[in-house]
Amino acid sequence: MFIVDYVKDVYGAMKSLLVGMNRTGYYFTHHKEIITEEYPDNRETLVLPERFRGEVVMAHDENNEHACTGCSACELACPNGTIKIINKFDISPEGKKKKAIDTFVYHLELCTMCGLCVEACPTAAINMANTFEHSVFNRGQLTKRLNKPDSKLKAGVE
Amino acid sequence: MFSLESLTTLVQDWLNKTFPPTWALLIEFVIVGILAIALFAALGLVLVIMERKVAAWIQIRLGPNRVGPLGILQSTADTIKLIMKEGLTPDGADKFLFNLAPFIVMIVSMLILAPIGFAKGFHIWDINIGVLYVSAISSVSVIGILMAGWASNNKYSLLGAMRSGAQMVSYELSVGLSVLSIIVLTGSLNINDIVLSQQNGWWLFKAHIPAIISFVIFIIAITAETNRAPFDLSEAESELTAGFHTEYSGMKFALFFLSEYINIFIVCAIGATLFLGGWMPFHIGNWESFNHIMDYIPSFIWFFGKTFFMIFLIMWFRWTFPRLRVDQLLNLEWKYLLPISMVNLIVMTLVAIKGWHF
Repeated sequence: MFIVDYVKDVYGAMKSLLVGMNRTGYYFTHHKEIITEEYPDNRETLVLPERFRGEVVMAHDENNEHACTGCSACELACPNGTIKIINKFDISPEGKKKKAIDTFVYHLELCTMCGLCVEACPTAAINMANTFEHSVFNRGQLTKRLNKPDSKLKAGVE
Repeated sequence: MFSLESLTTLVQDWLNKTFPPTWALLIEFVIVGILAIALFAALGLVLVIMERKVAAWIQIRLGPNRVGPLGILQSTADTIKLIMKEGLTPDGADKFLFNLAPFIVMIVSMLILAPIGFAKGFHIWDINIGVLYVSAISSVSVIGILMAGWASNNKYSLLGAMRSGAQMVSYELSVGLSVLSIIVLTGSLNINDIVLSQQNGWWLFKAHIPAIISFVIFIIAITAETNRAPFDLSEAESELTAGFHTEYSGMKFALFFLSEYINIFIVCAIGATLFLGGWMPFHIGNWESFNHIMDYIPSFIWFFGKTFFMIFLIMWFRWTFPRLRVDQLLNLEWKYLLPISMVNLIVMTLVAIKGWHF
């Protein structure tokens, strides 16, 4: 029946439009739902989500030890050459040569915050921090060294 | 009780006493003109900031909140910026028509203001064909838009103007028919008579379901006629940059922008007059004491309250509904709104003849 379909069409259209208006009307009257962050004003109280990806950092514990073995899996995983790992060879007390990290170079200006390096890391040495105020006056300041000076590999991490 | 009617009679008496009648009339013209322009400027500022705030709250944002307390001076700042900008005329444009078009659109909006009753005994021109006058004049504004689109010598502008023409010509019909269904009940085209006929209740409530259907059709059709989203095909930001006013800048652009908001105000005022009783306070049949309490609220507050309620509804539509394609737009008018409003008009005539309304 044509006329039945027609009436159904009109009824369905009105109903769906009212559902939409109900939702937006709810948002209009409930200002606690507002998600705008007034950023420079609320800088002290700003809470970022845990999974926000702002910058790659390397965690160091209180003994200035990190978990990076220098395997360069992150360097291989990086799609745009952001990470460069320079290795050195430590001589252990028994006289054995052991590969260790010398400098973990991180080019923040090339990084797209994709997080593939963090996923590739077998020892969870690097992770994404949620800092985001990266503006500097000199581009050179964006090339960072992630392992702290005189830091060494945590015992037990292979 | 304060009323604007006593104010106008006071001014007229004083003018007639101090000046000869011709001069008094001319001075009244000037006063009315200044008041109309002041109303336009104030409305432009208020409606723009209202639109932005409504949009923001519906989209879970804060909206303008930097200029002045709660951002209420934002539209003033925008206007000052627009006044200081250069009004550019493109090289390939038809200079005369290009510069004339914004004024035509604006003057049309001003003309429609004439028969509207703002408060009890407060209107510019108490004409006995008020509603007919409004519907006749409002279709002239499409000429201004077509003129702007053609004179800009720009494909986007022309496309936008043509779409706007198609849209206005088709939606004029359902606006006319839904207005007619109220005229059937009142039996008068005079806006003052229409308001007075709602002494014992507004037509939206007095005339049962047909009035509600024609109110819904009216509000859809005026949204389309003022070229607002979801029917903003003549501007169509995503396809035509800005449609017919792509080439305009500075104050000439501001005139188009302002006339859009003025047109919204005027069509909402007409809707409020026809369906919600204009300046008539909220009356329920024979409840004398209740009606008396309602009369204490001045009539211009009722008028502006109702008009702004309608404007808010239209803004709500804009920020809720998805846009229509050109073919969907014409489908909606010719296959749905027009047949429904025709049938509705017949039902309404039956109601009026049989006297089934309250």
